Amino acid sequence: MRKTLLKSLIEGPLTEAAPGADDAELAAFAAEVDRKARARLGRSLAIREIDAGSCNGCELEINALGNAFYDLERFGLRFVASPRHADVLLVTGPATKNMEEALARTYQATPAPKWVVAAGDCAFDGGVFAGSYACIGGVSAVVPVDLYIPGCPPTPLSLLKGLIALI
Amino acid sequence: MPTLADAIAAGLAIGDENPWPRRAVDFDHWRALVEELAAGRWTLLGLWGDQDAVHLALLDEAPREVAVVTHRCASGVFPSVGRLHPPAIRFERSIKDLFGLEPIGSPDLRPWLDHGRWGLRAPLGARPELASAALEYAFLPAEGEGVHQIPVGPVHAGVIEPGHFRFSVNGEAVVRLEERLGYAHKGVERLMMGADLERAARLAGRVSGDSTVAYALVFSRAVEAALAVEVPPRAIWLRALMAELERLANHFGDIGAICNDVAFALMHAHCGALRERVLRVAASCFGHRLMMDRVAPGGVSVDLAPEGVKRIRDLVGTARRAFPPLVELYDNTASLQDRTVGAGLAEPALVRRFGCGGYVGRASGRRFDARRDLAYPPYDGLRFEIPTLEEGDVNARVWIRIREVEQSLALVEQILDGLPDGPVRAPVAAGRGEGMAVVEGFRGDILAYLRLDADARIERCHLRDPSWFQWPVLEAAIGGNIVADFPLCNKSFNCSYSGHDL
Repeated sequence: MRKTLLKSLIEGPLTEAAPGADDAELAAFAAEVDRKARARLGRSLAIREIDAGSCNGCELEINALGNAFYDLERFGLRFVASPRHADVLLVTGPATKNMEEALARTYQATPAPKWVVAAGDCAFDGGVFAGSYACIGGVSAVVPVDLYIPGCPPTPLSLLKGLIALI
Repeated sequence: MPTLADAIAAGLAIGDENPWPRRAVDFDHWRALVEELAAGRWTLLGLWGDQDAVHLALLDEAPREVAVVTHRCASGVFPSVGRLHPPAIRFERSIKDLFGLEPIGSPDLRPWLDHGRWGLRAPLGARPELASAALEYAFLPAEGEGVHQIPVGPVHAGVIEPGHFRFSVNGEAVVRLEERLGYAHKGVERLMMGADLERAARLAGRVSGDSTVAYALVFSRAVEAALAVEVPPRAIWLRALMAELERLANHFGDIGAICNDVAFALMHAHCGALRERVLRVAASCFGHRLMMDRVAPGGVSVDLAPEGVKRIRDLVGTARRAFPPLVELYDNTASLQDRTVGAGLAEPALVRRFGCGGYVGRASGRRFDARRDLAYPPYDGLRFEIPTLEEGDVNARVWIRIREVEQSLALVEQILDGLPDGPVRAPVAAGRGEGMAVVEGFRGDILAYLRLDADARIERCHLRDPSWFQWPVLEAAIGGNIVADFPLCNKSFNCSYSGHDL
C-alpha cells in the first residue's frame, strides 16, 4: 500500500482542467442561477441523484464524475444521500410510471430553493422509450426542470459543464 | 440417460433450428419436463410469454444442449413451473403482468412488474384492459420478538438504480430480505413489437446500459440466426474486442466500488482511473465511451483504425502495470479482507439450482461461461480460462473479477494479434424468421429470442438478463449478515435493475 501511495504522490494527479461553458443558453442560465445561488449558498451545491427508470448508462457516467480525472468535489459539488440535504436534483431516465410517485415525493422532500437538472435524452422526452405505456416520457411532466444535459448517455465532460454552470 | 433432445423429441417441431430446436408440447409433456427441471436434470435458461403461449428454454448442462418448448395457452392458463421450481416464479408473475396468462398452481400470484400505474393490465396480451387503481402489495411476513422492518428505496442513498428492499431485522442481523423490483420497467418488449431492425437494435442496446455491447451482440446474433446472415470475420473479431473492453471496464469499476463500500477509498480511486482509461480508449477507437450502437445486425457500425490498435495495446500495457499492485493491495489489507471474507454467502447448491451465471455462479462453483459452453465465434478459436471458486462469498466474487480481468487482457491481445482484414458489415436482407442467441456479458449469460415478420420487423423479442437468476439468490445470501453489510453484498452481485425490469 505504501508503494502505491508514494507512487501516486510522485506522479501527480490525473485530474484535468475544468471545461468552460460554450453555449449561450447555458451561459444565460448560469448567470441566473449564479445570482440566486450565490446569495443564499455561496459556491457549493449538494446534489441528490434520482434514477427515474434509466438504462443505467447515465448512472455510469454520473459515477465517473467522482473519479480522479473529473473530481467533481473540487468544484464544491457533491452528491448527498438524502433530498433533505440537497439543493439540486439530478434526474435520469424517461420517468417510468412506476417511478412517478417516488420522483414527485423526492422533489417535495427537497427544501427550496431547489433546482432540477434532467440528464440524458430519455429525461428530456423519453428518448428511445417515448410512447411506451410504462413511461411518462420526460422528467418535466412530473417535476419542473431547470436545465437539460443531453446525450445518450451524456459524457462526464458535458455533465460537468452543466453542473458547473449551476455554481 | 436420455438427453434434453430425447426429452423434447415427442413435441411438434416449430420452424427451423436457429440454432436450437423449439417444440410445441402438450399439458402432460410440459409438466413432465418441469418435474425433471425441478429434479435438477436441466437448468432454467428462460421463461417468457407470447399472446397465446408460453416458452420455456432449458439447458442440459452436461452435453451443453439448449432447447425451447412452447405450450399453447388455449384458455389463458398454463401449468406453473414455479410450483416445483422456484427460479421460475418471478418470470411467471411477469408473464401474468404483461400477457395476462395465468400460471396454474403457482405459489405466488402477486404482481411483479405491474405496480398498477400503467393505466392498463396485460399491455402485451391479446386483450389489454384499462385499469386505474394502484395495486396493494403485501410483503412476506417475518414475525417474532424484536423483529422490525426497514424499508429502503426505490430512491437510494447512492447513485444507483431504483428498487425497493424490505429488510426484516432482529437487532443488526437481517432475518429476511424481500426485493420489490419493476420501478425501471419501460415496456421495452412492447416497444419492440413492430419496430424495424435499426430501432430494435437501439432498444436492445439500452436494456442495461452497462452491458450495451453484450445486448447489441445477443440481439444481432439472434437476428443473424433468424435470417441466416453471414457476418464478416473482421466484424466478429471486433465485436469480441468491444465485449472484452466492456467486461474490463465493468470489472475495474466493480472491484473498486466493492472496496469503496467498506470505505477503502484507495482501491476505488485507482480502479476508477483504470475504468476511465478503458472508456476513453473505447471512445477514441469506436466513437462512444460505452460503445452503444456499435454492434448491429450484420456486423459492426464502425471499423477500427490502425492507430486504434495501438491505443488499445497501450491500454493493455497500462493495465498490466497498474493492476497487479492493486491486486496485491487487496490481498494484503487485512481490514478489507475482514469485511469481504465470509460475507454474503451464496450457497453453491442454490446457485446451481437457480443457474446463476457470471461471477455470481463462478464464485460458487458453477463453471458456466457462454463463451466456452455455448461457444460462438471468435471465442471457439481463442485461448482463455474460466476462473472458478467454491467459497461463494464477497471475497470470491472479487477474486473471480480479478482473474477475469487478467483473462480479458489476454483475450484483447489475442484478438488484436489475430484481427482479420476485410469488410465489417454484411447486408441484412428482409425476411421472416425466428432466432435465438446466448452471449456472455460481464454479468453473465444473456438470452435473446426473436421472431421477425416478412418485412423483418419485430413480431416478438424477448431479452433475458442474467440478473433474473441472481436477484433471488441475493435475498438468500444476505440472510444472517448485518444490515450495514448489505451495500457490500449487493455491490458484489451488482445485478441490473433496468435489465431485469425491462
